[in-house]
Amino acid sequence: MAPILDVTQLTMDFGGLRALDSIDFHINEGEIVALIGPNGAGKTTFFNCITGIYAPTRGQVTLQRPRAETVNIKGLKPNQVTEAGMARTFQNIRLFQNMTVLENVMIGRHCRLKAGIPGALLRNRATIAEEEQVIADSYHMLEKIGLSQYVNEFAKNLPYGAQRRLEIARAMATEPFILLLDEPAAGMNAQETQELDDLIIRIREEEGISILLIEHDMKLVMSLSDRIYVVDYGKKIAEGSPAEIKNDPAVIKAYLGEEIDA
Amino acid sequence: MLNVQELKKSVLTAIWFMFLTFPIMVIKVNTINQTVEWHWLRMLYVGVGAFALSFVWRYLIKRKEAGTRKEVEEGEGRVLLTQRLLQEPRLFRPIVALLALFLLIFPFVFSMYQTNIMTTALIYVVVGLGLNIVVGLAGLLDLGYVAFYAVGAYSYALLNLHFGLGFWTVLPIGAGLAFICGIILGFPVLRLRGDYLAIVTLGFGEIIRLVLENWNAFSKGPSGIANIPRPGLFGLDLSLHQSHIYIYYLMIAMAIFTIFAVKRLQNSRIGRAWIALREDEIACQAMGIDKTRTKLSAFALGATWAGMGGVMFAAKTTFINPASFTIWESIIILCVVVLGGMGSIVGVACGAAILILLPEYLRAFSEYRMLIFGVVLVMMMVFRPGGFISEVRQTYEFKGLKPSKN
Repeated sequence: MAPILDVTQLTMDFGGLRALDSIDFHINEGEIVALIGPNGAGKTTFFNCITGIYAPTRGQVTLQRPRAETVNIKGLKPNQVTEAGMARTFQNIRLFQNMTVLENVMIGRHCRLKAGIPGALLRNRATIAEEEQVIADSYHMLEKIGLSQYVNEFAKNLPYGAQRRLEIARAMATEPFILLLDEPAAGMNAQETQELDDLIIRIREEEGISILLIEHDMKLVMSLSDRIYVVDYGKKIAEGSPAEIKNDPAVIKAYLGEEIDA
Repeated sequence: MLNVQELKKSVLTAIWFMFLTFPIMVIKVNTINQTVEWHWLRMLYVGVGAFALSFVWRYLIKRKEAGTRKEVEEGEGRVLLTQRLLQEPRLFRPIVALLALFLLIFPFVFSMYQTNIMTTALIYVVVGLGLNIVVGLAGLLDLGYVAFYAVGAYSYALLNLHFGLGFWTVLPIGAGLAFICGIILGFPVLRLRGDYLAIVTLGFGEIIRLVLENWNAFSKGPSGIANIPRPGLFGLDLSLHQSHIYIYYLMIAMAIFTIFAVKRLQNSRIGRAWIALREDEIACQAMGIDKTRTKLSAFALGATWAGMGGVMFAAKTTFINPASFTIWESIIILCVVVLGGMGSIVGVACGAAILILLPEYLRAFSEYRMLIFGVVLVMMMVFRPGGFISEVRQTYEFKGLKPSKN
């Protein structure tokens, strides 16, 4: 089976600094894949490269929606990548603070809707129907993620864990088949992390969405992932199942440093 | 609250103010006798005044901070009186009805002079709501907005002068030309935001004004264009008084149309995209919103209303020259939006009414107009940064809604 996200030889230079060096990477349908590495290893740069926020210096990125054409997404704009079916969340929460929770999710539906300026002004039957539909769908999404009690709250007034979940709900609203989560558990307590663990599993089981996550919480990573990639200084140093990664000498070296032989 | 610390602070403030106002309040040069007069008593007044006011100031700040703290503790926003008024249909409707009635009978009750002022205020309501799309909703600080106003006004003046086109023909043409100019300005500034955007739009506004001022063959230069006809009413002959009243009603109709349109836009897919763009550009793109199209549509639609306002302005004054389209005009319109409440339709309408009408009725203080204006701006930004009436987001009910799929 062909991978649904295939990255080959991805390289990103910032001036003289090589932030990513020839990374090969793929996700298969239905997988949960984790990308780990020490701070500053290039994980978020990798996310930004494949979602179109940065234009990679070299390499190929292709998306293969199941039963659809392959799309080359290298060089596309972020909104086009999202439209192609890959949505993301952010490491530092980037919600629309002064909009309500429901509106945040409705923004996620934006690229699946059609109403334009004439529709907004005339408010014809198609626009009204679409608008009612997007409200219903967004509300339903919030129920699924467990945020329906906050519908009309401002996003900025939500508790921290709920803000993280709202980011996921907003990304899910774009109807992705791959969801990229950038440190979704950062700053969460043990219980919230457990809830997140359940949520991610549910997203895969119920929606059939494949997931790529960057995470520092090793317990979460080890319990969730089917496969793990490890990067350090912009280079991929290991890939494999959680068990393999745990015992990989290169990984241990990157995280804990090397023993000096006397 | 009256302790030594506070007293010391107030005394320092008073001394500081006495020092600041020393050159203008105390020293007076008598040019005829070539002597210098010293008004020491005035210095005392300034000192006592500043001393007293500094207490009021600190009290207000304290009250505001207490309010914010309470808000944080309770976890919900303070609902202000004005906002309660707007959210309660039983109170809101009669107020709107009264206001409508007042505006309808206005020209028959008050003099032509008053009616004209009101017409001007209504033009600012329309133009302010247009700028509100750009600044309030999309969050793009546009300091050259008056350029589009000029485009509208000059398109009516010039098309009428050269081709004899009437008001009703030019109204859509002027709006269309402003729309196109909005897109033309929009393209180069797509990458910019914040301060950079403000500077570029400022430059654009000045370019338009300078072109109008210097390209004599095209725009007749600083002498302007006179004898622009007032709008016609099915070929009827209107007296001066009647046509002023007619323009007044036209302006009311246009303001209603604008409010209606902006309200619909604001709560549509496009409007949400504008607000998302204002809140967070990167997240907005990551959610699948085309930044280019969204920014351009905000610029172009905002410009459209400026264009219509411009046509109306030319028809009302019957004479235009570049002096009407200076940067100062942009600033006034921006103040209408910011003081009224960014993103809030009622707020912008109130802002226009206050900023345009008050100076007219307070002619007695006209010397101090700028001073008062400045003080009001500072006070507003400190105590009500959201404007007189801040934005209220639409809330939704969920009864009997069915999702499209599971």
